[in-house]
Amino acid sequence: MIELLQYLGKTTRVGFTKLGRGTYFLLQTISGIASVLLRPRLLINQMYSIGVLSFLIIIISGLFVGMVLGLQGYYILSDFGAEETLGVMVAASLVRELGPVVSALLFAGRAGSALTAEIGLMKATEQLSGMEMMAVDPIKRIITPRFLAGLLSMPLLAALFSTVGILGGDMVGIGLLGVDEGAYWSQMQAKLDFQDDIINGVIKSIVFGFVTTWIALFEGYDAIPTSEGVSRATTRTVVNSAFSILGLDFILTALMFGDN
Amino acid sequence: MDNSVNSPNSLVSVRNLSFSRGNKKIFNNISLDFERGKITAIMGPSGTGKTTLLKLIGGQLIPEQGSITVDGQNVHKLRRAELYTLRKRMGMLFQSGALLTDMSVFDNVAFPLREHTSLTESMIRTLVLMKLQAVGLRGARNLMPNELSGGMARRIALARAIALDPMMILYDEPFTGQDPISLGALVHLIKSLNNTLGLTSIIVSHDVRETSAIADYIYLISEGRCVDHGTPSQIQKSASEWVQQFMTGAADGPVHFHYPAKDYADDLLSSGKRY
Repeated sequence: MIELLQYLGKTTRVGFTKLGRGTYFLLQTISGIASVLLRPRLLINQMYSIGVLSFLIIIISGLFVGMVLGLQGYYILSDFGAEETLGVMVAASLVRELGPVVSALLFAGRAGSALTAEIGLMKATEQLSGMEMMAVDPIKRIITPRFLAGLLSMPLLAALFSTVGILGGDMVGIGLLGVDEGAYWSQMQAKLDFQDDIINGVIKSIVFGFVTTWIALFEGYDAIPTSEGVSRATTRTVVNSAFSILGLDFILTALMFGDN
Repeated sequence: MDNSVNSPNSLVSVRNLSFSRGNKKIFNNISLDFERGKITAIMGPSGTGKTTLLKLIGGQLIPEQGSITVDGQNVHKLRRAELYTLRKRMGMLFQSGALLTDMSVFDNVAFPLREHTSLTESMIRTLVLMKLQAVGLRGARNLMPNELSGGMARRIALARAIALDPMMILYDEPFTGQDPISLGALVHLIKSLNNTLGLTSIIVSHDVRETSAIADYIYLISEGRCVDHGTPSQIQKSASEWVQQFMTGAADGPVHFHYPAKDYADDLLSSGKRY
């Protein structure tokens, strides 16, 4: 019994210490934003490696998710003779939920893990220490540009995911199953609200981008500088990001759509 | 022994320094002086905290007690911006080289210049080529760090360390794991850079022969204390058995070959227990 209490106490203490370190790290990162904006080249390089290099996985996944939504939606809606609202169903599911959530999960797997491994290895090979000794702040030079790039890339990637998904739904719904093209697009335009659907989706993806990039960078920076330490940190990034994305999605959905 | 040496000409002085990691006392009230324009070596067995000492001098770690002054400034009393200004005048050569792996050799050497100066690219090019020429690797400027041998990486890192013309360089185990030719090149480089650029060098090492060959003064550290200090010839003649064992590399002596254990015969005969 005592051992259990000790274990609980220790775990809680370790958890809170880490949260404290993480928060301090985040504040330091944010304080570097002004200096990064003065050197946009650093940001653009990171936008390329974090955002642009994630295009392929986002486009292919978005396409398949949209196509599956088209198929499943058609089978259910056609039972009620409502297959013309297929466009609304596909677009609303993507813009409100699947776009932000699935693209954030993919982002954590593709870009988040890469960030953790990169920063962790930089720490293990003394590159961060070396930078400090050259009087260059590694947070401002390395961490903040990546943080900003993640924050800005995520909503753009989610928008790309949703757009490609809607086109995937179009391909299956109109091209394969014969839904009326005019109905697919006009119903979508009529029923989707800019504020309720699109803006809320964008807010979600900004929150997910913030949390995922923060977790990825902090895990890398806080990693034990050995091969095993970096590998564990990379795993933690993916797992913790997935939990945070799904948990936050529930909270945000409840806040945004709860009173409807 | 009294290990406080007061020298008016010292660039770095460590006073009554104590530092622990966990329960292990790494330094116990140690005082050292590093004279301007000289090569001073800190030697001692692995795990005596030699690298830790360099990190303390560079302000990356904070001592429990005591002070470290560099060029008259107490490193651990400085504000962040002041510490960074001081660090621009210190070069450090890490054991691994610590080159930035996503940049070419040229960009690595140019890195401190681009971060801290507003020189034009053509001036940066001239400076970088001069520094690379000094370490003999001007021809390797387009290589990436993963294409370099260990010795080359260290020489590039040295070129980067002198990019901002510092007043001193801290060397962390510069000779470890080098083939004889790279080793010779590094020994020669450290000595010639120190003399031609008027630097102050602090070398942390356990390579007795190479370090004694170029050091002006040596501190021998073990178990948190300064065991002996003096010029290389004074150290060679030291009466201390420990110093003699360290300098000659004898397998047994005051530092035993065997890790402390219970009696060998008893241990073998105590059957039935797994360990």
